[in-house]
Amino acid sequence: MMTLRINGQSHVIDATPDMPLLWALRDLLGLTGTKFGCGIAQCGACTVHLDGNPVRSCVLPMAAVGNRDVTTIEAVGETAVGKKVQAAWVALEVPQCGYCQSGQIMSAAALLTRTPEPQDEDIDAAMSGNICRCGTYTRIRAAIKQAAKG
Amino acid sequence: MVDNPAYGVPELARRRFLGGGLLLAFAVVGASRKAHAAGEEPSLRAIQGATGASPHGGFDGFAPGGFIRIPPEGPITIIAPNVEMGQGIYTGEAMLICEELEAGLDQIHVVAAPPDEALYKQPILKSQATGGSTSIRGAWTPLRQAGAAARTMLIGAAAQQWKVPARECTAKRAVVTHRPSGRTLTYSALALAASHQPVPKDVQLKDPKDFTMIGKPLPRVDTPGKVDGSAIFGIDIRVPGMKVATVAACPTFGGKVAHVDDRATRRVPGVRDVVRLPNAVAVVGDHFWAAKQGLAALDITWDHGPNAMLDSAEIIRNLRDAHGTVQPVMARQTGDVDTALGKAAKKIGADYELPFLAHATMEPINTTVHVRADACEIWVGTQVPTMAQKLAADGTGLPLDKVVIHNQLLGGGFGRRLSADSIAQAVAIAKQVSYPVKIIWTREEDIQHDQYRPAYYDRISAGLDANGMPTAWVDHVGGASVLATYVPTGWPEGKLDPDAVEGAAKPPYDFANIHVDWVRADPPVPVLWWRGVGPTHNVFVVESFIDELAHAAAKDPVAYRLDLLRNNPRAAGALKMAAEKSGWGGALPAGSGRGVSLHDSFGSHVAMVIEIAVTETGEIKMKRIVAAIDCGLAINPDSVRAQLEGGIVFGLTAALYGEITFQNGRVMQSNFNNYRMLRMNETPPIEAYVVPSSESPGGVGETGTVSAAPALGNAIFAATGQRLRRYPFDRTQLHGAHAEGVVVSSRDAAQKTRVD
Ligand code: FES
Ligand code: FES
Repeated sequence: MMTLRINGQSHVIDATPDMPLLWALRDLLGLTGTKFGCGIAQCGACTVHLDGNPVRSCVLPMAAVGNRDVTTIEAVGETAVGKKVQAAWVALEVPQCGYCQSGQIMSAAALLTRTPEPQDEDIDAAMSGNICRCGTYTRIRAAIKQAAKG
Repeated sequence: MVDNPAYGVPELARRRFLGGGLLLAFAVVGASRKAHAAGEEPSLRAIQGATGASPHGGFDGFAPGGFIRIPPEGPITIIAPNVEMGQGIYTGEAMLICEELEAGLDQIHVVAAPPDEALYKQPILKSQATGGSTSIRGAWTPLRQAGAAARTMLIGAAAQQWKVPARECTAKRAVVTHRPSGRTLTYSALALAASHQPVPKDVQLKDPKDFTMIGKPLPRVDTPGKVDGSAIFGIDIRVPGMKVATVAACPTFGGKVAHVDDRATRRVPGVRDVVRLPNAVAVVGDHFWAAKQGLAALDITWDHGPNAMLDSAEIIRNLRDAHGTVQPVMARQTGDVDTALGKAAKKIGADYELPFLAHATMEPINTTVHVRADACEIWVGTQVPTMAQKLAADGTGLPLDKVVIHNQLLGGGFGRRLSADSIAQAVAIAKQVSYPVKIIWTREEDIQHDQYRPAYYDRISAGLDANGMPTAWVDHVGGASVLATYVPTGWPEGKLDPDAVEGAAKPPYDFANIHVDWVRADPPVPVLWWRGVGPTHNVFVVESFIDELAHAAAKDPVAYRLDLLRNNPRAAGALKMAAEKSGWGGALPAGSGRGVSLHDSFGSHVAMVIEIAVTETGEIKMKRIVAAIDCGLAINPDSVRAQLEGGIVFGLTAALYGEITFQNGRVMQSNFNNYRMLRMNETPPIEAYVVPSSESPGGVGETGTVSAAPALGNAIFAATGQRLRRYPFDRTQLHGAHAEGVVVSSRDAAQKTRVD
């Protein structure tokens, strides 16, 4: 049994501590917005925030979460930055299949929290861990810049 | 908005199914089949069926045919005949219907069509499937007719109620207005009455100048749910009592399970069952992690079967050797290439080679299945719902109508979900357990048990006149039949698989003498369509080689192409637009270059220019991409641009990294660490332009992928003088090769241009 703080609420989770956070979110708590893409920290589909920092939940054992705050795509819109990012994503029609976009938005929101006016190099550094098989990268870049402005 | 089709307890699902739009399409089938008359438009046929004697299967509302449901309360439901896998088809098809129905995209929600060939057969593919950039081309007329017929009936119902002539009434935003009196009735209020209106025999479609939606970059209906985590993909389905499984199939094609020791697996916390199939083993757990841990703990002995020694180098050798040993199948013969070659001032030939490719959809392969004694329920994102239903019926022994498919949003398709192999496997697993089970393939399983874009080895040559213009064009395409995958008895020997030559048989150019044939060689590897289908592999060869000819003639590659496009103004228009917007011909630093490609595919004309720089060490830096498409009337120009952008990234990924290889029968790649994807830091700015046009709509989704590899290869040549005739492009050949005009000989003799 472990207690995790997720999206502002405490959840008691009955699973082995080596279980990656991703599967607790998806399979035990039903927070399916966070996606499985590779399981080896290569694609970023599973990105969530731990105390505001982006982490790959597919390789993060629950035991390593401790008492840090977990934020997922379902709640990132409650932050000012997350809301701006989502609005820019809608305005520029970023998603195609949409499967990678939770992770993209989580990475982008973390970037803009740290670096409110990112240059292209900042965007490359923060976003290159997130694969989009549909190839929405140019719109993601534009949406990050738009979110930074607005 | 997009509705996430029914999921939940089976009872609830059934109730929603009976009460909601989804099942309704089922419910009207009986009636609609009765009413079908040969030769009628499908939409009108369907309308007649739905409005026949049947009270619409329990749906209290207006259900004209397969595509529209208007309840007395709540939003209108649009049932999209094609599946949403990122291409924006839910929005595009809803726009076609709503333009004529006179409803706003904010007044509707869109659901996936259930399997029903009678209602949702794709007219070009001739089955209920989504692929080949056919959706809009097939939907263009029937969906507008469906909207117009429904609107006519709604207006008719209002006119009857008001006792006024229908011609005095107009419809807008789901409201009918009687102009002289100003009275109004909403579509909801008219839903029941409209059901009793006569089905119009004929409908008048709008003049395009009166379109208020078609041609506008309207917001996609599925975007909001894709930015807040609420969109439900197949992998997100949760059914009460459901367990989660993951699976390992025999690592060699055609191999079997010999022995399984599952003692360690059964000790893994959360593991529930180990299920054995002839060629695979699945572990079922309370959650995916338990299943995955359990699978890792299995000790499986495989009988590797007939392909245990499969090796890609050998496959490529066999493909090459087929030229000259296998009787080619004729695809195109115009003029007399032999005579033309005899008179040619110069003859040029080259061999091109393309690798096997995996699809790697972002959403890993998954299926949720509940097999009961009397029914089978499946939640999955599939491009082929009727095929999935049929395979599940075969697998369970249940009648077709006892197999319910809840089609979901697809986290990418790219052709992978044109196969229902994983669905058949999931049913075979679910049959052995008493609870609903969600089977998820790991990424490793996805890469190693894909059905692959086959490898090709093409031999191409041309004769040039004294001006360097081609007088003869000879293209021998060498590779597998992909269509054979869909023909249980195999593709007949000696019969042309049109997909193999789709982008070769009719190049955009004027060739007075052209010969195209297909040298068939099927490797013992499961093959399938991949984004761009036939044209992706053909056009790489055609567009690289026409570039070779331009350089052999010492002419500018764009001007050379334009010279050959005098009878193809649309292709010429797209090419000119891409050239102009890209600054074609402008000066570039040493080691930089621009490459161009052009093709006519899927009813569209697409040109692309890419600008690159190649470093001393052979690294390729992509600087800028410009693409122009003439796809006829663009239903939603923003979706067209998005598809071009994404399709180009998909094609560049293959050109730079994509290659599946086999050794000792096994796929050597396994995940994104060794089957690489293009990433944000590598992707240059992409500008996509839509040529204004009022021609009938062409296909779009595949086109950017087709353009990418040849444009990049041509840019590499422009930057380095090195012609790379196989991809993924081998950057070791570009070391120190970036001095302008220096031609370094190819490493592989087979890949040298033969100039006589
Ligand atoms: S699923 Fe975690 S990085 Fe890919
Ligand atoms: S939108 Fe499909 S993978 Fe990114």
